[in-house]
Order: sequence, then structure tokens, then C-alpha cells
Amino acid sequence: MIGAGINRIDGPLKVTGRAVYSYERQDAGQPFYGFIRGAAIGKGKIAAIDTAEAESAPGVRLVLTHRNAPKQGAFVNKPTIFDRPHPQLTTDRIEYFGEPVAFVVADTFEQARAAAALVNLTYGREDGAFDLANHADQAEPQATLSIGLPGETRFGDLEAAMSAGPVTIDQTYTTPYHFSQPMEPHACLADWRDDHLTVYLATQTVAQNRIALAETLGLAADQVTVDAAFVGGGFGSKLYLHAEAVLAALAARKLANPVKVALTRRQVFTLTGHRPEMIHRVRLAATLDGQLTGLGHDVNLQAAVAEPWIEQAATVARSLYAAPNRLTRHSITNLDLKAAEAVRGPGELPGLLAFETAMDELAYALDIDPVELRLKNDTAIDPELGVPLNGRRLADCLREGAKRFGWDRRPKTPGSRREGDHLVGYGMAAGIRMHFQGPTGAIVRIEPDGRVIVRSDTPDIGTGTYTIAAQIAAESLGIGVDQVTVQLAHSDFPPSAGAGGSWGASNLSIALDRACQQIRNRIAEAAGLGATPNDILADVGRWFPEGVEATGQTIGQADDPNFKNYSQNTYGAAFAEVAVDIATGEVRLRRMTGVFAAGRIVNAKTARSQLMGGMIWGVSSALHEAAHVDPRYGNWVNGDLAEYLMPVHADIPAIETVLLDDYDEHANHLGIKGVGELGVCGTGAAVSNAVFNATGIRVRDFPITLSKLLSGLPPMRTAA
Amino acid sequence: MKAFTYERPASAAEAAAAAVRIPGAKFIAGGTNLLDLMKLQIETPTHLVDVNSIGFDRIEPTDQGGLRIGALVRNTDLAADPRIRRDYGVLSRAIVSGASGQLRNKATTAGNLLQRTRCPYFYDTDMACNKRTPGSGCAAIGGLNANHAILGASEACIATHPSDMAVAMRALDASVETVAPSGASRSIPIADLHCLPGNTPHVETVLEPGELITAVTLPKPRGGLQLYRKVRERASYAFATVSVALIAKIEEGRLTVDRLAFGGLAHKPWRVEQAEHAVAGAVADSIADVVLSGARPTEQNSYKLPLVRRTLAATLEHARAGASR
Repeated sequence: MIGAGINRIDGPLKVTGRAVYSYERQDAGQPFYGFIRGAAIGKGKIAAIDTAEAESAPGVRLVLTHRNAPKQGAFVNKPTIFDRPHPQLTTDRIEYFGEPVAFVVADTFEQARAAAALVNLTYGREDGAFDLANHADQAEPQATLSIGLPGETRFGDLEAAMSAGPVTIDQTYTTPYHFSQPMEPHACLADWRDDHLTVYLATQTVAQNRIALAETLGLAADQVTVDAAFVGGGFGSKLYLHAEAVLAALAARKLANPVKVALTRRQVFTLTGHRPEMIHRVRLAATLDGQLTGLGHDVNLQAAVAEPWIEQAATVARSLYAAPNRLTRHSITNLDLKAAEAVRGPGELPGLLAFETAMDELAYALDIDPVELRLKNDTAIDPELGVPLNGRRLADCLREGAKRFGWDRRPKTPGSRREGDHLVGYGMAAGIRMHFQGPTGAIVRIEPDGRVIVRSDTPDIGTGTYTIAAQIAAESLGIGVDQVTVQLAHSDFPPSAGAGGSWGASNLSIALDRACQQIRNRIAEAAGLGATPNDILADVGRWFPEGVEATGQTIGQADDPNFKNYSQNTYGAAFAEVAVDIATGEVRLRRMTGVFAAGRIVNAKTARSQLMGGMIWGVSSALHEAAHVDPRYGNWVNGDLAEYLMPVHADIPAIETVLLDDYDEHANHLGIKGVGELGVCGTGAAVSNAVFNATGIRVRDFPITLSKLLSGLPPMRTAA
Repeated sequence: MKAFTYERPASAAEAAAAAVRIPGAKFIAGGTNLLDLMKLQIETPTHLVDVNSIGFDRIEPTDQGGLRIGALVRNTDLAADPRIRRDYGVLSRAIVSGASGQLRNKATTAGNLLQRTRCPYFYDTDMACNKRTPGSGCAAIGGLNANHAILGASEACIATHPSDMAVAMRALDASVETVAPSGASRSIPIADLHCLPGNTPHVETVLEPGELITAVTLPKPRGGLQLYRKVRERASYAFATVSVALIAKIEEGRLTVDRLAFGGLAHKPWRVEQAEHAVAGAVADSIADVVLSGARPTEQNSYKLPLVRRTLAATLEHARAGASR
């Protein structure tokens, strides 16, 4: 059962509209609608605010501002991140463009939105720092990253290696602001009754957001119930508690009536989190035969003073290649923008985009096949941690990918292959992603009538968690998937580390399998009374008139010896072919192959879907995606999905996604590792490197848009 | 969205009359642009006159040998019409290069012509925009303007017109037929329909209050090779960086430009008639020199100058290749 590419068990609910998302929940009766009014300046204060007109608008029930908002728990910059309280409307200060300055509740959404526009605001605008490039000299080195890893690692002497050469690369790359932009916007329906708050919340972390909400509202955690039965994508942006949940809860309490809020698409830009813009400096030193003698990756990234998010972008090379001299560092530059957050493949997406592009530059400088260069610098031991790299199958991914893609047919000279109106190029890159493990519980119950019920607070954010939980339980108990009922994402269920960081499936599977083993033990004990375990499973009610249940637990990686004795990662290799219009510089992907090793796969279909999605993010990071800040005002200029470009169907041709048959015994007893974000690891650089191979033009400022290629393209016959 | 009243008249004359009877009224057809703008309170009509029941939803031959396209003909239907595909290929190609299938199913011929700019500062109600709020200034000038106008712009506005269809209509010398609230009808050459921004960028067309577009008329087919080349950062659902509508002919074995119009460059479809016949032999650079005379790019959109030249050269090459097949 584990590994089978079965269809999602919640698929029929979703395609028939019966999967009810937070904003659509009817459990609490007819709610009021809330709408957030955001600040029109990037830094300063509210000089005057007049709500009279809004309050007298049709249908309006409540207008909250900093003058009448209830007192809330103060923000605490806890290292656990997703359980931080986030009080709203606490002050007249404005720290980022779009920050909530008023919250209007009305009978209908349209009334609330119209009334929100009637709140009259006068601002005291102050000069702010809104662009990274012009403030990069204010970068501050960071000792510790947000996920707890060291901000700096240093081995040997990189500067000496760079001086010795003989072949070196020292280049600067910039990666822009990105947004997660899940299809379901951030939404919350809050119901306050009998001193208890129930929130139907679009979240990736039930237990953590419950604490965050409780601390914000000054409640005990057991006064808050969080229910996230269906979530329409998260990509990191629903790990955190955001304004809409807090404001809905405050208003529901004040009005003694359910209140719901969904962000508009434009507000998803202003009121959730972005990936910070980064300036990367990558240094590589190598011998003439391609042995790395030194590697360095420095990242300077945007942060906000109030809540720094130090994305682990310069960690990508730490476990990727051997080299005696190494230096990886992170620094932050505080700007007057909203706090950055984890966005799709934090660390790896921008880090590998820069680092693996630099590796390509080195391959050309050495005149060595880029695949060969990576193979030459492969390592079985983590070069920085000194422990074995378990499940290290980078070379297998590289070789299998090269074979499937037809890498031997690559144009060896950049800009040399022309097909009709296009320059055609091949590119490749290696991928690596840290495998994480977080504390997660699960409970399995077998009812007297034989029904099996599985529960955990891990949400299914669209990745297939309902389905894989059923598969694990079915395999563990030796029953059919259709005999298992899976209930997820409710704070009454055993807490988990949430669905993020590509760890939900492995965390939940381990805990669930243990719970099932516990139940099997109970049954085995009962079987001592004279029946076989199969007899008992077939007739649970006779042996356990009240039913039988057991819990299982996955421990956090800090407590797991596997994570001390081994360097835990997943691996991939990506190969891309692009065509660049020789006249216009338009880049279009022609095909792409990704080969991945991510331990044992629980569901071949959902894993493939996630990896394919990740590969498309890679294309997006190389060619399309960038959110732009106006450096005069600090606002997101292209704040809608017409102007914030991501690939559409027409941009994505055949993508081959290959999962190596794998089982990682050093990861956990099931051999499972994280899958979701691995797909993006290296795929952006594969596309970027293909553009260079096609054109001979190296663009180091991502994304690679046509205006950056135009001046380097061959001259056109524009004269007679 | 502000509250509004709504009516659905049964004829064009009633619709035009209704639109002036209530101050602040607007027509709605497909709604693919207007509804978005209403949600953002960029458009705040007090009254909507829904023109979907007035007829004008057919494509019919004219006495002059051309076609009259009803204002309510959907973009999808127009692009797929066999007469359009056969005789006005540039129009069909331009339409299918725009928006998405879903939007084209809903959007109408008249609505497409009247869609408003996609300048992001126009869409952000916290930013200054002379088009949205006359006299408030232009945040795009001095802001992020890589995809803004290089021709015909002003100190008040550097927005572009986003339509692909209109560029092809301009190349084809279409005319816009209207009916006024008085019941009077007139025909406006498409060249005269859209205004340059000047000091009044909020005035986008020459239509009078309540004047309703009922049809777009195409003259008799011009023949020739008809191409539409749209340059953009992704393969679909993106506005043009530059687009070229070209009708080319072979005369005495040489390619000549019959009609040439550009999108993505200005506040209206950009056509310079002198460029079409002034240069024998269709030399791209010479044509582009004429088209681009007076161009005033910003630092960020100056790449459009070489892009126009290169795209034109490539499109002419395609025409040559097409002619020799």
C-alpha cells in the first residue's frame, strides 16, 4: 500500500465542491464580513483618523482602529516562529505599506469593503528605506538563522584558495522578492461563544497558530479551537498567524457574532509574507581538472526590524560539494517593509539559483561538462558536519537525469545552436534539500464496528495528506484504504509540527505507524486469549467492546540520534532545454527532466505532483517571478496576478519527473523523507544555465527577462 | 464596491438614453474589466446599463464588401469567425494572443476597445494617477515604468493601451459606429477613437456622454499576408511589451508594407502611415526610424527601441518566408 499512486481520497469532495474551506464554513451560523483597510504610506504615523462616515454606512456593525481596538498580548519574537502573537491596530505608528489601520465589519462583504474606503485617514509620512541595493552597506552579519542553524560557517581559508586559483569564479547574483500566492487566499471565520473561540482558519500549523491566537487575545490555549479541515495551498505563507485571523477574532468577540475575513488578492501581497530580496556573492576556486579547492556563499537579505526572518539561502552549499576551504555567511539589511517569511523552498530556491548558476560558470571556465564537474566534487561525508550523508544519491540523480534527458546531445559552445528563429540551449543543475523532522502526534482508533479512524492536527494543504495517512494506516494494520477514515487539522487532535518545510508527510507517517503498531500490540495481547490478530481485527467489538485506540509520536530532530549521526538531505538533478527568440529575447522552456531521491515514497502520484509543481516554481524563479517595490513609497507595485508573473499552462511543456527507487534507513524506521520542495531545488538554475548555453549571455539578476538579454543577442538584418 | 442601480434595456437607443438619464451611469457588457475596476473603486458607477440584450451580437456583410461586427460579439466568436480568419487574419491572430480563453469568451468587441490601461499605478488607489484622479499626478513617471509608453505620452501620463484587438483594427482601418442619447448615429474612424493623454489622460476616447458603440465596421478585405507578433514575458495571459500588426504584399517580387500598427508603445494603437509606403523594399530600420521618431523612452523602457526594430525585422522576415512558400 505504501508507494501506491492511489487517487486522493478527498478528490471527489474537492471536484464536486463539497470540501468546505474555512471561509465557507456554515457551522457557526450566518457570519458578518470583515474588511481590512491598509495604510497608504510605507513609514510614519496616522495623524488623524475619522470613522464617522464608515460607521454610518449601510450594514456596518463595527469599525476597529488603534483607538478602540481591544488590548492584546504583545508580540514576542519566539524562536518557534509560528506561535508568535501578532497583535493588530495597537498603535498609530505605521511600519509597512498596507499595514492594517482599520477593520470594518458589516452584514455583507461589499458593504464592509465600501465602508472601509470611507475611513478618512491623514498620515504623517516619514522617509523610509525601501530598496536593498541602496542600503546594502548597512548589512549586519547574523550568527543564527531563523531555523536555528549557524549563520556563518568557515573551514580553511577561502581567500587563500581564491588567490591560489588557478580557476576561480567570483560573481554577484540578485534574487527578487517572491510571494507564495496559494490559490485559496488567507481566510478566517471566527466564532466566539461561551468564553470560547473557534476559528476556521486557512493555516499550515494548527497547534502553533492556536497558541499565537490565544496569546494575542489573552486567552488560555484551551479556550481556542482551530479547525483547518481543508486548506487551498500554503507554500509557507499560512505557517504564520496573520492580521485577518486576529481581527476576525477580535470582532467576533466584540460583536458576539461570527465574523469572517478573506484577504483580497492584492492584500495577499501586503498582509502575508514575502521571500526577501537577496544579494548573493558566490566564490569558487578549482584546480584545472575541476576539483573544488574553495567555495563561498555570502547572502545579504532584506529584513524588518520588528520580526527578522533570516532565510537560510547560503546554506545550500554546506552539504553539497567537498572543498577544503569554505565560507558561508548571512547578513540582513533592515528596510521599512513588512517582515519576510518562509516562501516556497526557503533557502534552497534562491540559494541554489545563485550557487548552481555559479557552478555552471565554473564548468565553462574550466571547459568541463557541468555534470562531470558536479560528479567530481561529490562527497559521501558532509564536508562541514563531518558525518555521513545518508541516502546520498546525488550521483545517481545526475547520471540518470543526463541519460534520460539526452545530455550528450547538448550544444557544447554557448550560442551555437540555432533552430529557426530560436537559439536553443541545454542546462542542468544539482539539487539538495535539508530533510527536517518535527514533533508530531497521531492517534488511531478502531471502533467496535471495525471502522478505523486516524487523527492528527497536521493539515492537508492540498498535498495529499489525507490520502497518505490512510495508506500508512492501511499498510500498518493490514487493511484496505477504504476502511480508514482520516480526520486532520483540528486542535482537539494530537498536535503536530504542521504542514510546511516538506515534513508533514514523514512526521505524520512515522507517528501514525507507531500508533498502529501500538494497536497491533494490544491486539496481540488480546490474541493470547485464544484468537489470531486477524480474527480480532475482523471482530473488534467482541474483544474490545469500547473500541481500541493508541497514540504514536514522532520526536523532533534535536532529540533524534539519526540527526546527530547523519547529515539528512534529499537530492535531485534537473535538466532543461530552452529556446530563446533570437529577435526578441523571449525565453520559453521546451522540456525539463528532474530526477529525485527522497527516500521511500508514500504515494507515487501525489509525490510526483508535488515535485512537478516544484519544478515549475523553478522555471518561474528563473524566468518570471519578481515582486517589485517602488523605492519611493515602499509599496508592492505589481500586486496582482496579472502583473506578478508566474508560468501559465502555455509556458510549461513536457516535464519529466523521475523518483529513484529509494529507502533511507537512516532517516527513520519507514525510510521516508520530505518531498514537496525538493522539486524546486536546482531547477531554476538548470533553466538559467540553459539560457546561457543558448545565448552565451549570463544574466545574474533574476528573473531573466527579455530586456536583460536583448543587447547581447546577435544583430538582426534590419537594414537592406 | 459602491452600491449601484441596474437596468437591462432592450435597444441601443434606450441604452444610450438611460446612460445620460442618471448621472454617473456606465454601460456594462462583458464586464471583464469594469467589474475589476469597480471592486477596487477605480470605477464607481451609480447605475449600470447592461447592454447584453440590445442585439448587435452578429457579424454581417456590409454593402461595401466588408463586415459589420456587432458591439456585443464576443472576442472568442470574432476570432473564430471563418470570414475573419480568411480575410482579416491579423485581427483573428491579435485577438487570440490577448487575455485568456475564459476572458475572451466573455469580453465583447466594443468592451475590448474601451478597456482601460493596466498601468499598475492606475490600479493602486493609494498612488497618484492623473487618469484615475485628474490633477493628482503620475506616480509611474519616476516610478517603475519598464512597460510604459515610449510614444505619444505626456508629462501627465505614460500609460499604454492594453488591447491587442485594437492594434489589428487600427491596421485594418476599422470604423466604430455609435448611437448617441439623441438617437443620432455616427461613424468614427478607429484612428480617431482613442485620444493621446495630453493634459487630460482621464479622457480616453472621443465618445460623448451616453454615446454607445453599436458596431465596428471593417472595410473590404485587403488581402496580403497578415501577421500579428506579440512580444511578452510569458506565453499567455500577459500584456504586450511590444506587438506588431503587419499586412504585407509582394509587388514585383518585393515585399512591401501595406499596413503596420504597433501595440504596447502608446496610449493608443500606434500607426504611422508615412512608414508604410515611404520605404521601398520593407527595410526594417528605415521603417522603424519613421515609427519611432519622437520616441521619448524612460531609462527603464528604453529597451523597447531596439525591441521594436528587432521585432519588426523578424516579422518582415516571417512575411518574406510566408510569401515564398
